[in-house]
Amino acid sequence: MGYKARFKVWRGDKSGGGLEDFSVDVNEGEVVLDIVHRLQATDAPDLAVRWNCKAGKCGSCSAEINGRPRLMCMTRMSTFAEDETITITPMRTFPVIRDLVTDVSYNYEKARMVPAFSPPADLEPGDYRMAQVDVERSQEFRKCIECFLCNDTCHAVRDHEENKTSFSGPRFLMRISELDMHPLDTVDRREVAVQEHGLGYCNITKCCTDVCPEHIKITDNAIIPLKERVADKKYDPIFSIASLFGKTKERARRTPPPGKNA
Amino acid sequence: MATTGIESPGRAQIGVKTLRTDRWWIAPLLTFLALTAFVVYSGWRVFSNQYYFAEPYISVYYSPCITTTCVPGSGFGDGFVSWWALSPALLTAWIPLAFRFTCYYYRKAYFRSFWLSPPACAVAEPHGKYTGERRLPLILNNGHRYAFYLGLLLNVVLTWDAIIAFRNSEGQWGHMGLGTVILVANAVCLWMYSLSCHSCRNAVGGRITHFSKHPLRYRMWTLISKLNTRHMQWAWISLCTVVLADFYVYLLASGRISDLTFF
Repeated sequence: MGYKARFKVWRGDKSGGGLEDFSVDVNEGEVVLDIVHRLQATDAPDLAVRWNCKAGKCGSCSAEINGRPRLMCMTRMSTFAEDETITITPMRTFPVIRDLVTDVSYNYEKARMVPAFSPPADLEPGDYRMAQVDVERSQEFRKCIECFLCNDTCHAVRDHEENKTSFSGPRFLMRISELDMHPLDTVDRREVAVQEHGLGYCNITKCCTDVCPEHIKITDNAIIPLKERVADKKYDPIFSIASLFGKTKERARRTPPPGKNA
Repeated sequence: MATTGIESPGRAQIGVKTLRTDRWWIAPLLTFLALTAFVVYSGWRVFSNQYYFAEPYISVYYSPCITTTCVPGSGFGDGFVSWWALSPALLTAWIPLAFRFTCYYYRKAYFRSFWLSPPACAVAEPHGKYTGERRLPLILNNGHRYAFYLGLLLNVVLTWDAIIAFRNSEGQWGHMGLGTVILVANAVCLWMYSLSCHSCRNAVGGRITHFSKHPLRYRMWTLISKLNTRHMQWAWISLCTVVLADFYVYLLASGRISDLTFF
């Protein structure tokens, strides 16, 4: 059964803006993105929104719905009460372009800083051999759709613009962790994670995990293991001494090449 | 208007710290109250230096009791630290304190509920500056593994305390009382909390890149990973059992109750 829902949608650009009220028809089975499309078709034809797949796989329609970072296409209207006013704003961590569209280029700049996957120099591409048990841990992180909701909700940059230069956010710490766990990667990424991507800014409040639409355990499976690997190298003299005597069998690591898109 | 954070120039100017409509403040408030209560209770017990031993039970805060001032029967022989004049609990209670303070779960708990950094997801924090865990004292959280190793040693001692709780007050085996059950349950919960630790997960296999070359460590890592998903629950459960175990001993030692003996 359809009903009329009350919406507040942020409209404006970097020079200013505000929440505008709308009353929109809602039908059974719809998601928030459907309502935004209906708004474009009726009351607000110039409403700017970024979207693509409408299936939670492209990561385009990231926004904040009732203050929570979410994909509009994966937020069912049935999760709200019919008399509830639903507020939609753009992601509040990134500069706004117009209405619900933000400039997420910060994320792409950070992506370029991650040293590329580096297999052994003498290994030809067709000769890659990996046991499933070795790759499945980092495969979880390949589910990432780069919606950047994790970086949007991370307070280290959300509440502190000045940290954007030194902190890459959970998305790219996860990428570094993924490559560091890769059985064929030869680069030591631990120093880079600390010095260039600001691993120490993360204080494990797990908001990135909470908002991930792919349900990736970003904190537990990527960031904390990366912190522990860094601790192996930087904060654990016992482990360092044991390494000197060959007590640990770490793979041969080399200094990362200059950052480029992995 | 703030010039940093969610109202930074260029971002959508919305004018409120959060638009969340749920009761996001309940979890940090309850965490704050629970942890504060635990700290106050623990502080009282650790500094009180009395009512910590009721044969055959010893309080978790005072074990191992290593000073010569320990209540007879509660320590290792007659004790071997004679220069310590304060409560003997102060010599050992810092270990679990360090373990929990540097714990990856408790970091989330206290950063959210005490430091409000952030109080909840997508709720603006009140601080103008944030440097994370890159400087003293919070950089010491990177030493969590050492607190973990020491905590394991303490678990061994507390497990021994639970085992000797099967003796009666005359030292004869075959006794079991409610105190025995509580000490055993506490030891089990502490082991579950310790083994589900993220540093434990890294130590047993997390640092390995080729699991296929280390099948035994991979199996251990898999097992610890399953436990690790419940680390928060074990953190809270073990916190409760610590208080319960200590309070039961306190009630016995102060003469307020007598032990419920099963056999």
